[in-house]
Amino acid sequence: MKLRPVAGIVLRQYYLLRGSPVRIIPTVTWVGIDILLWGFITRYLNSVNGNGMDFVPTLLGAVLFWDFCGRIMQGVTTAFLEDIWSRNLLNLFASPLSIAEYVVGLVVTSVLTSSIGLLVMLILSTIVFGLQFSSFGLPLIAFLAVLFVFGITMGVLGSAMLLRFGPASEWLVWPLPALLSPFAAVFYPLATLPQWMQWIGRLLPPSYVFEGMRGLLATRHVQFGSLLQGALLSLAQLILAAILYQRVYRRAVRTGLLARYSAESVG
Amino acid sequence: MNAALVGDGLHKQYGNVTAVDGVSFTVSPGEIVGLLGPNGAGKTTIINMILGVLAPTAGTIHIGGIDLSQHRARALSKTNFAAVYASLPGNLTIEQNLRFFGLLYDIRSLNARIDELIRQFSLEHLRDTKCGLLSSGEQTRASLAKALLNRPQLLLLDEPTASLDPSAAQIIRAQIRALTSGNGCGILWTSHNMYEVEEVCDRVLFMSRGKVLLSGDPRSLPRDHGAATLEELFISLAREPLVGNSGEAG
Repeated sequence: MKLRPVAGIVLRQYYLLRGSPVRIIPTVTWVGIDILLWGFITRYLNSVNGNGMDFVPTLLGAVLFWDFCGRIMQGVTTAFLEDIWSRNLLNLFASPLSIAEYVVGLVVTSVLTSSIGLLVMLILSTIVFGLQFSSFGLPLIAFLAVLFVFGITMGVLGSAMLLRFGPASEWLVWPLPALLSPFAAVFYPLATLPQWMQWIGRLLPPSYVFEGMRGLLATRHVQFGSLLQGALLSLAQLILAAILYQRVYRRAVRTGLLARYSAESVG
Repeated sequence: MNAALVGDGLHKQYGNVTAVDGVSFTVSPGEIVGLLGPNGAGKTTIINMILGVLAPTAGTIHIGGIDLSQHRARALSKTNFAAVYASLPGNLTIEQNLRFFGLLYDIRSLNARIDELIRQFSLEHLRDTKCGLLSSGEQTRASLAKALLNRPQLLLLDEPTASLDPSAAQIIRAQIRALTSGNGCGILWTSHNMYEVEEVCDRVLFMSRGKVLLSGDPRSLPRDHGAATLEELFISLAREPLVGNSGEAG
């Protein structure tokens, strides 16, 4: 893998952001609104809760983590959509750029754009609502790492869907995080769910993170075995998503879909 | 010296539809080959196969002696293209586009190469203009600048002068012609402008219904086949494809 083509993909997204700063607004606005909304909900819950339980780290922390995961996914798919919207796929895939270089470029772009949103979330949640990240300790890094990998997996999966089913399928891609959130035990323990939902939940790495996070806050103890299981699951799913993307790409080359994505007429 | 392009037994099937049917051809270094034919003849299908975005059902493609199916990145690093349906992203400036594609093609001394191409295509005053704001002619020049970034051994041009006024088209044709004599770049050129084809191409391949019907010198072909002009020959071939063709050319 060459670094310069990867840098090219990242540079293109930087040029887009620089040329149209309006693009930064959605990455900042929605996470900001989420934190404000859930911040005030947790304040209200704390005020009416008689047993002294602090909802800030459990609920607001969960919102922050889940938004981070969703932003990573959107960073990957949005960067891919930029190439679809500007009808640039033919230019890209007719160049020596490899699929791996392209996907790595999308992921690096996503990390950079998501960092902006993460920074806003961190500032709002700590300064306005007093969320203490020190309460998570070192496991915080493991939590974020698993969610980061799962966000990339969703992004690669979303991009594969776009390539396979066409630009209109973006309306199936955007709601992916919302679709998975009831199963991922973001706001409640997995045991709350009916059995069949728990089975699905156990296939989703974020459920291990959120279970671990709640366990940590309640008992000051993390079940590392369970977290490791989530981490391995997330890596396995990332590999599967990459294989799927490669297969979808090869099919698009075989059937002519990739050429037709840009070319108006196929002779 | 390896041929700039060798297509051997190319075939593309979509279900029951045969888009390209056993086409073979070569483009030598420094040669401009015109790929002609009516709409739906299979020209763009062939170009897409050479660009690596469409896999042939059968047949092989070698670019500069490198097998495209085996060594995609190496083969594509020796080629480039400009087509009316693949304009540069309109939300980047000319310079940004050239830098972006320059990195994708892993061009060394990229700043100097960009400056050189911007000068070559008289784009200095448009350097920081977004490509979406350019006129058709300016977009064509920007696309050609991108197509030459990697000093390709093989250049694919799909109707490169379609949106240019006669004067601009003449300048572009001269610049492209100079390329072949300068660095021995082989060019596969599609066009519906028969005057242009006669002026520019060393050899033409006439395609219809996925097959190559005729090939030869565009200046002598009409006479050899009882037509007054290349355009007249084109029309007669498009309406009544020859029988008993071999599908071989080059």
